Amino acid sequence: MALTRKQVEEIAHLARLNLTPEELDRFGAQLDSVLGYVEKLNELDLDGVEPTAHVLPVTDRGRADEERPGLSPDDVEAMAPDFRAGSVRVPRILEG
Amino acid sequence: MADLASLTIHEAAGLLEGKGASSEELTRAVFDRIRRLEADIHAYLHTMEESALESARASDARRAKGEARGPLDGIPIALKDNLSTKGVPTTCASRILEGYVPPYDATVVIRLREAGAVFTGKTNLDEFAMGSSTENSGFGPTRNPWDLARVPGGSSGGSAAAVAAGLATAALGSDTGGSIRQPAALTGVVGLKPTYGRVSRYGLVAFASSLDQIGPLTRDVRDAAILLEAIEGFDELDSTSADRPGGGYAARLEQPLAGFRIGVPREWFGEGLDPEVGAAVGEVRRVLERLGVACDEKVSIPRQDYGLPMYYLIAPAEASSNLARYDGVIYGLRKTAANMVEMYKETRSAGFGAEVKRRIILGTYVLSAGYYDAYYLKAQRARTRLREDFGAALASCDALLSPATPTPAFRIGEKTADPLQMYLNDVYTVSVNLAGLPGLVLPCGLSSAGLPIGVQLIGKAFDEATLLRIGHQYEQATRDASWRKRRPPLEGPRA
Repeated sequence: MALTRKQVEEIAHLARLNLTPEELDRFGAQLDSVLGYVEKLNELDLDGVEPTAHVLPVTDRGRADEERPGLSPDDVEAMAPDFRAGSVRVPRILEG
Repeated sequence: MADLASLTIHEAAGLLEGKGASSEELTRAVFDRIRRLEADIHAYLHTMEESALESARASDARRAKGEARGPLDGIPIALKDNLSTKGVPTTCASRILEGYVPPYDATVVIRLREAGAVFTGKTNLDEFAMGSSTENSGFGPTRNPWDLARVPGGSSGGSAAAVAAGLATAALGSDTGGSIRQPAALTGVVGLKPTYGRVSRYGLVAFASSLDQIGPLTRDVRDAAILLEAIEGFDELDSTSADRPGGGYAARLEQPLAGFRIGVPREWFGEGLDPEVGAAVGEVRRVLERLGVACDEKVSIPRQDYGLPMYYLIAPAEASSNLARYDGVIYGLRKTAANMVEMYKETRSAGFGAEVKRRIILGTYVLSAGYYDAYYLKAQRARTRLREDFGAALASCDALLSPATPTPAFRIGEKTADPLQMYLNDVYTVSVNLAGLPGLVLPCGLSSAGLPIGVQLIGKAFDEATLLRIGHQYEQATRDASWRKRRPPLEGPRA
């Protein structure tokens, strides 16, 4: 199960990471090693077994649809990298 | 005067109540130790001396009016830096959150504040809680107070080291695959991972949402009981918190153990276990037997060996989703770029360390189309089987006994070349998170090199009371043990 460099690049793009060529090689090799290790799970017979996404027997919890205070514009201004006229400023989203 | 910074919560509470010392004196004693030792240990990312002394004085004023709030009023507590603290920097030991100041408190922080606790500061961790040594911190490692060339464990290494070295009376950490229990074992303190859902995760920066839990690191079991009582309980702000009654742990610590059964699953004592660790755990078993507890070696967790493979599929998958929010838009680091996608990539690449990047990539891969069934879903099915194994074992026992770690503390840099080598440190702890059960780690001896060894007790869901009771009585039965008289070799000025 060897991860190709191209695969690592594609995944990095999906995860919004820029990897250097050195990182592509190093992480690729390290991840190959981990993926090789987890192959051990194939020893188990898991046919028809329900997956456990969550250990507690809880289903959807809602709350009453009541208005509650959220972040104030001042809160956001204090933490935002670029805040002008009540808005967080970001680079261009759409091309063209 | 007693060495105030080395007192337990309950000893300090008794002293404060009896007017033998003030919270201000206690807090100053802790900060004096921080001034002397912190440069060598690096347990903290941010200390809060001024606000701590203010809180201490407020506590003393309350007490003078007869309005003391309980055993935590005026007690210096450290908080792992992945717990949101309003107005106080919270970095998760990551450059991507350098300078980030949360506008809100975690629920556990609110509860401790209401109990009158004095916050000493935010402790170091592996970045975003990913690691077993605190070497993955974006701001430098923490050193083990017992040997400064060694790791304190991780990811709650800063909290564990602070408690071990008297740089706080107690601390909160978080545990996803062993991050409270493993550093507790390596630094000789008590660490408790509660049952999943026992303690609200609101305000704990998420790593793996189906595994994370907040818990105490303390000098003894009574302190862990006191802290659990203060922080536990249903929280409507955490939809995964359990609506279960709790409390009364401290009051029940002394109830007799005769008739209790403890399972000692054989799979946990195989290859890879340091013989001195195995021997120390064997000795714990003998102490418990003398207390009237029956130990059953026929108990088995057949799929224990699959815990690590499962964990290193599930945890990175959940982490890749949780860490998608760090994009440079509203808070934290931003690397400006020509368009949004480039901004995300530049920001995340500059802000995240290597281990975090590795886990994000692994997690993204195992969730991706074509691989989801073969990896993530398979791991979740295997998790069901592992939970069944624990259920079966705990049907005939009150608790299980195991080593906490395969070895005592290793040297800084010793396991950083191969991520898989580092992951193997979690072999005894990850299964407990996967099953959602509570786990308590207690110091049980020192190795021939003078390094702490810990033992783990695993309980039924929501049965922290049994673990704390067994742990407390083990502690009492061994209170005169020679190894308990030794302290980390830290005293005196820097050479």
